[in-house]
Amino acid sequence: MTVGFVMLAHASLDRAGQVARHLSESGAPVVVHIDRRVSDADFRRFKSKMQDYPDARFSERVTCEWGTWSIVEATQKAAQLLLDEFEHVDRVFLISGTCLPLRSIAELQAYLEAHPGTDFIESVTADEVDWPLGGLHYERFTLRFPFSWRKSRKLFDRYVQFQRRFGVQRTLPKNISPHLGSQWWCLTRETLTAIFNAQDREDIDRFFRRVWIPDESYFQTLVRQHATRIESRSLTQSKFDIQGKPHVFYDDHLALLEDSQCFFARKIWPRAEKLYRRFLDPAKSAVSTAEPNPLDIERLFSRSTERSMRGRAGLHMQSRFPPYGWSNGATAAPYMVLQGFSHLFEDFENWLDGATDLRAHGRLFASDRAHFAGGEKTFSGCLSDDSRLRDYNHQAFLTNLIWNTKGLSQCFQFDPADNQNISWFLAADQNAHIGIISGAWAIPLFRSDVPFPEMRKQAAHLQRTEDNFLRLLSDGSYTKARVKVWSLAEFIEDPNTNIEAMFADHLIQTEHLKLPEMADLIGFGSFLQKLRNEGMSPHVMGDFRVADGEVIVAVPPKKSGS
Amino acid sequence: MRTLKNYRLRLERKRWRARAFRKRRELSVAINRTGQIQSTDILLFSTIRNECLRLPYFLSYYRNLGVDHFFFVDNGSRDDTVEYLSGQPDVTLFQTDASYKLARFGVDWLNWLQMRYAHGHWSIVVDADEFLIYPFCDTRPLRALTDWLDASSIPSLSAMLLDMYAKGPLADVDYQPGQNPFEITEWFDSGNYTIEPNYKFGNLWIQGGPRARSFFLEDTYAAPALNKTPLVKWDRGYCYVSSTHSLLPRRLNHTYETGGGERISGCLLHAKFLNDFASKREEELQRRQHYGEGREYEAYEESTVDADGFWSPYSSRYTGWRDLETLGLISRGTWI
Repeated sequence: MTVGFVMLAHASLDRAGQVARHLSESGAPVVVHIDRRVSDADFRRFKSKMQDYPDARFSERVTCEWGTWSIVEATQKAAQLLLDEFEHVDRVFLISGTCLPLRSIAELQAYLEAHPGTDFIESVTADEVDWPLGGLHYERFTLRFPFSWRKSRKLFDRYVQFQRRFGVQRTLPKNISPHLGSQWWCLTRETLTAIFNAQDREDIDRFFRRVWIPDESYFQTLVRQHATRIESRSLTQSKFDIQGKPHVFYDDHLALLEDSQCFFARKIWPRAEKLYRRFLDPAKSAVSTAEPNPLDIERLFSRSTERSMRGRAGLHMQSRFPPYGWSNGATAAPYMVLQGFSHLFEDFENWLDGATDLRAHGRLFASDRAHFAGGEKTFSGCLSDDSRLRDYNHQAFLTNLIWNTKGLSQCFQFDPADNQNISWFLAADQNAHIGIISGAWAIPLFRSDVPFPEMRKQAAHLQRTEDNFLRLLSDGSYTKARVKVWSLAEFIEDPNTNIEAMFADHLIQTEHLKLPEMADLIGFGSFLQKLRNEGMSPHVMGDFRVADGEVIVAVPPKKSGS
Repeated sequence: MRTLKNYRLRLERKRWRARAFRKRRELSVAINRTGQIQSTDILLFSTIRNECLRLPYFLSYYRNLGVDHFFFVDNGSRDDTVEYLSGQPDVTLFQTDASYKLARFGVDWLNWLQMRYAHGHWSIVVDADEFLIYPFCDTRPLRALTDWLDASSIPSLSAMLLDMYAKGPLADVDYQPGQNPFEITEWFDSGNYTIEPNYKFGNLWIQGGPRARSFFLEDTYAAPALNKTPLVKWDRGYCYVSSTHSLLPRRLNHTYETGGGERISGCLLHAKFLNDFASKREEELQRRQHYGEGREYEAYEESTVDADGFWSPYSSRYTGWRDLETLGLISRGTWI
């Protein structure tokens, strides 16, 4: 059994020639098609270097334009020549000038012998392919494409839209069920002969002349009529990126290509000296019958697609800049925002740091500076604690903080007294888990000895601010954050349960949850009453009854946890 | 409205080009080796002044990446810069004593040289203290990148400026000519950058890094711009507008994705804080030829950085482009 090669080349002819000579030296007949657009001088030079290889032929040159019939025509002519000239060839392998054989021809022969009568060609029903490059699958067969995609893209697109809108369609020839697949295949002599000698070939060719990108559908469709056994995969490892151009391999892919055990890879950067030297090395002799295993390469390809489609969530950088608050992750990871807790509990942040796996910061948006955990001056990524830098771009400050600390959940305290500009961002971010004990800001006021009129002013301001934030958070059409709200009165009814509800996902030990000391609220009810008497109406903290010596929750609070 | 805006930008571009054309008279050629340039060569353009310290490594670094020809405009160097460059086989040297500031910090001169020599070439515009890093730069030459950019129809590569600094006082840095500066100044800020889109030119305005957090607390708005687009497949109709921060036509500035995906980008490692920082600072405060009247240098004088340096426990150490990618400073985009 002998395999023969058809090579289509149009650029970097030195490399194409090198590969053609290598194949020829390995005993395989080669027919080379050089694009008509290559200058005659270059063609002659190429030809002269192939003089000493009796099993190399050149097929009639066709001007090849990408996406058009010319490429199929060139393939037909070259394959016909190969079949005619080398009668002992019973497998035809189609490669391009930028393909590189990763395994020896002997290995390929052995592999093909182990699969008698099998056509290796990717051939997928046109209704079911789902390739990244937009829209045109089945329509490649049913629409008309008189305009060049490369040269006049707008006309091309408009004409497609026009045909779609008015339902203009070509009729398919009988017996044709459209299939698509990679351009690079390996077919048996029988199948190819059957395709070439088919009675209705003229009609079929006439039809495919007007199909879009027929090199990915002509043979792929016709094998379904003539082949006996089809392995729907290509022996050439090649894939298109999101823009529809083939991925390129470089020197640093050497190990990856070697491990893949594929027979050919495309496309190779012409100056990848190391790859050409290694894979065209005639001394490479080990013969293995291993199956191709392109899994790692596939993974690389799909990561590239992923990068261009979604990118890394929560990252804002020079070449990825979705608007702040865009849906695929405004921030890189979930984080927690707590309001009121550090007023109610003594030394709350330290407790949190110890009892949970959260990195517990203080008030990051405090007016004096960003209170990083441990009182540090800078934090991850050299974020500065300076309030001016932070407020210069508060969204960047937060997205940077979360991006820089990916993998370590962050938690910070928020307060009505803090810079509120970030609140819109917090509410809209689905990564934000917000817990609020409303009215807890009154505790430090209650314990301070600020003169009362001044205090009333402050309290009114804080309450208004907190009210605004709560209203924002309860706007379901805007808020994407996970929110839990307790009024102070409600929270202190059962602090343990409430804390557990808040930190369930993060607690290190849940049994014997030992909460930090709670602020002493004796007299808080009287304090609120005094504010009322001064003309203010404190309501966000729930109802505290005025009683001597203890706090009594009188009326069930209005605001409840969600 | 868009048509009007585009037309205005077109006029602006023509104005800058006319200005560059006028400014060509300030340049006199010292060494002309442009005859050697092949049609596919990658070219590099730079305005320099007293850069003897950095040039030996600069040239070897970019030659190594695959730059074929260098264009320098020497703006009145008083050290051996001119002699040194005269001896280099792949350098074309222009000289001028005209005002750096009036040439808009060298932009006009380089715009002219690019208009004249860079048409159809991939061309890099950097300062002598900027070293281009891009994905896979340790295994793939610049040509691999430009070939791929060509195939992807991407005409320009963004590479933000990354200030590199040493651990310890700035005055202690001891750099020798020819040495890799990032053996000494190997630290950088990885995650304190702010980005603001510029609607006029369509580029991203990036600020932050050690200079912003040390010198510009009082006036954060004035912190230096770090966004740069140094690598462009040049056409004689193009021009840089302000330094390499923005270009015209506008589409050259659009080097980023807005739908969530990532595009390819690189970095310019900034070897600014070497031995000569103090003397350069001194000189610039006298000459007042730098951007914003050397506001940065004044801020520097008032700060304590001389003694403390920029280093913080959260500084990152540079070990290669892969770090920068993991940290989200650069991206390989769809390049595999």
